[in-house]
Amino acid sequence: MVTAAQHHLIPDPSSAVIFEQVRLARGSRVVLDDVNLHLPVGKVTAILGPSGAGKSTLLHAITGELVPARGTLRVLDHALPCRSTAELFRLRRRMGVLLQGNGLLSDLSVFENVALPLRVHTRLPEPLLAELVNLKLNAVGLADAAHLAPQELSGGMARRVALARALVLDPPIMLYDEPLTGLDPIACGVVLDLIRRLNDSLGLTSLVITHHVNETLPYADRAIVVANGGICFDGTPDALQASGDPLIRQFLDGAPDGPIGFDYRRQGHA
Amino acid sequence: MRDLLPALGRMGVFLARILGAVRFNRMFVADTLHQLHVIGSRSVSIVAVGGAFVGLVLSLQGYRTLATFGASSSLGTLLGLSLYRELGPVLAAILFCGRAGSAMAAELGLMRATDQITALSMMAIDPVGKVVAPRFLAGVLSMPLLTMVFCAFAIFGGYLQAVHVLGLDAGFFWGSLQDSIDLQQDFGQALVKSVAFGLVTSLIATHVGYHTPPTIEGTSRATTEAVVQGSLMVLCLDFLISALFY
Repeated sequence: MVTAAQHHLIPDPSSAVIFEQVRLARGSRVVLDDVNLHLPVGKVTAILGPSGAGKSTLLHAITGELVPARGTLRVLDHALPCRSTAELFRLRRRMGVLLQGNGLLSDLSVFENVALPLRVHTRLPEPLLAELVNLKLNAVGLADAAHLAPQELSGGMARRVALARALVLDPPIMLYDEPLTGLDPIACGVVLDLIRRLNDSLGLTSLVITHHVNETLPYADRAIVVANGGICFDGTPDALQASGDPLIRQFLDGAPDGPIGFDYRRQGHA
Repeated sequence: MRDLLPALGRMGVFLARILGAVRFNRMFVADTLHQLHVIGSRSVSIVAVGGAFVGLVLSLQGYRTLATFGASSSLGTLLGLSLYRELGPVLAAILFCGRAGSAMAAELGLMRATDQITALSMMAIDPVGKVVAPRFLAGVLSMPLLTMVFCAFAIFGGYLQAVHVLGLDAGFFWGSLQDSIDLQQDFGQALVKSVAFGLVTSLIATHVGYHTPPTIEGTSRATTEAVVQGSLMVLCLDFLISALFY
């Protein structure tokens, strides 16, 4: 439980997200324990790990969907959990989230999908709103696709539209949940290149959650590996590649046998 | 019974969330008008056809029964009273459940399964205000109008059967209908019932759709529950309102 005193931690301007001794649980099942993380401002951080390791659970904690069972969590100098939905929504306006399933509204066109956050949260005149939407669509290379329906888009295009929509309110932090899932190698390259370029040109802080190690590491400033209920590596991509830790090597080399178990085990059972 | 009270409580909380999310801004009104078209206008044809056939069969059966007592001239009365007091609101609501209630539940279930509801929440947009409340309001507003369409087509169907097939005098038919229908008692009862049915069926459809697990089975179950629970609640509520009116 987060105490009232912990809500008043000293803000750290160099970290966009701070986890301190955080425990994250789904019901009675502890997914991650004793998580200590500082995500530096202005950098692209890749959170890597096998499926089911708890990568998305970390993202759910940052977006306020999952309340930490223990420890302290601060996002953009704001302590989580929020006291009300209104407070949580105020914080989320400052976050861009790219979901694994894109979440494009199927009854709206590409243009209207990207315009939606602006229409709800701002009172911009229509010409200015249109200009902003076109600017974002142009940034992801889809200015000519504004009139299309989400059903008419390829997987890579839909991912880029969702990216434009996540960026439209100019959030200081971008969270990407498995942005490469279901994409071909070219689309993967396009999306990763966009993540890197947008991070640098707009001065964002980016968190990329993925299990696509080889594709993501060249674009990341920092790599964090999540496995076996905790953080097992935190460093630069080069240090990760050079690591001799058997757990890290199993994950990087894709070895079927090693410290990361393949079989599902109930907690409390050896 | 142990599960019923918590379920009713959850439904009540959800209704309060929906009503709290109603806004009178341009976007909300546009969303609601769009849903009125999808839910209301597109249900007109099925309700009209259903109404016409109910009128035809009611007239046919009613005429035969009344004729045995020499009261066939009262067919308009039978048709009007049974339609406005019971059959019109109930059958229109059951058709509405099958056509629009199932669609509402399936749409919301699919939106949940395809991350659309999560995406709205991540954009700090209240999903209940954006996708649930416009559907709910459109359902509540559509139901009385659809009931009137149902009754109008049923009476027209009954008129065709009675006058042009069975040979009843048109004056007797319209005269008995006009004399027996009271605006406040009968028309009012149809209106009250249809608003109540619209509220209950739309609430059930949006509730089961919005809260369904994000799976294929979840969407399928939500669709079935919207129709089954909605139809049963219509029949149950019909009895309660009828008992109150008498």
